[in-house]
Amino acid sequence: MQARTLEIWVGLFVAAGFAALFLLAMQVSNLTMVGGGSSYLLKARFENIAGLKVRAPVTVAGVPVGRVTAITYDSDTYQAVVSMRIEAQYNKLPDDTSASVLTSGLVGEKYVGLEPGGDTEMLKNGSVIKLTQSSLVLENLIGKFLFSKASGGGK
Amino acid sequence: MLGRLQSLGHWALGTFERLGRASTLLLSILAGLPGLLLRPRLLIQQTFSIGVLSLLIIVVSGWFVGMVLGFQLYNTLVDFGADASLGPVIALTLVRELGPVVTALLFAGRAGSALTAEIGLMKATEQLSGMEMMAVDPIKRVLAPRFLGGVISMPLLAAIFSIVGVYGGYFVGVGLLGVDKGSYWAQMQSMVDFHDDVLNGIIKSVVFGVVATWIAVFEGYDAVPTSEGVSRATTRTVVHTSLAVLGLDFVLTALMYGVS
Repeated sequence: MQARTLEIWVGLFVAAGFAALFLLAMQVSNLTMVGGGSSYLLKARFENIAGLKVRAPVTVAGVPVGRVTAITYDSDTYQAVVSMRIEAQYNKLPDDTSASVLTSGLVGEKYVGLEPGGDTEMLKNGSVIKLTQSSLVLENLIGKFLFSKASGGGK
Repeated sequence: MLGRLQSLGHWALGTFERLGRASTLLLSILAGLPGLLLRPRLLIQQTFSIGVLSLLIIVVSGWFVGMVLGFQLYNTLVDFGADASLGPVIALTLVRELGPVVTALLFAGRAGSALTAEIGLMKATEQLSGMEMMAVDPIKRVLAPRFLGGVISMPLLAAIFSIVGVYGGYFVGVGLLGVDKGSYWAQMQSMVDFHDDVLNGIIKSVVFGVVATWIAVFEGYDAVPTSEGVSRATTRTVVHTSLAVLGLDFVLTALMYGVS
């Protein structure tokens, strides 16, 4: 075979291989979210985060704006401390924004939902969200339901 | 009894000796790699015959593996009402496991056997000794470009296999079975992690590429220089590469995903 056609074929092969790698990175995996530019850090303390995992999405009005980067346990307050990276373009979150651990669908993944408040001060890098709502634990809910059923049944 | 012991010892020593020869060969091939910079033509030629010519079988198998995964997983997932998870399941299966492993197995059959037969025949027809007579190092001239060509080709082939498989699954899942197009891609993107899944898959395929080409090149170089010896060496290449790839895959998977 001609040397030229040989080189063209090899060039095509290598290009196709790198195109496949690029597609794997961009189309199949979530590289766009992780590598995306600058971001700032927020923290929130929860009573209970049951089921929330690192890398879970953080959303405002259902739109993903960042990711959970770390979950630690504070043994002084017996609370879970969730660190979140929010993309820098979403930097207009009021100081009294509340955070809650929510579930997408009935058996879906847990995620953190942020609910903006009305304060004029904005959250900055390293701010701690004060208003939090814990994860819904199904067993507690069923327990409460049964308890109220039992106490209400006497009337 | 003693005879049995002796044959066991003979076998063990022979295995270790082969292992040692294979390792020294690998070292001298690695030492010959810088010299390739002066002769990129050799590398291009080998990348062509190893990589480009394997492209057809890789693309076709990737497409069909993806389509079969689409059918099988859909039938299982739809029972749980989780058919929207088809995308991530297919992508994870391909990127983590099937992409690197099946590509390495096909690579052993398509390119590894050809490498062994070619080098073995060169040895049988005394072309390698002829080169040595002309003060040309056959390891640098013949083995090193083939080795590097294989190591370069393998991760690229595995990536092509995976992406073609993902589109094969898309064709069956979204095109034929009616899974939602948006959730196929969106769930895939939220579940598949670049570092944990894609990068680990690439690491796997690089390791498999080194092992598969190393075995192929060594078996050819070490073949008994007769037609029977070459045929045996070719068989050994395919068998040993498959075993090594499957065994290493277990080890790598345990290292990457076993402890979290």
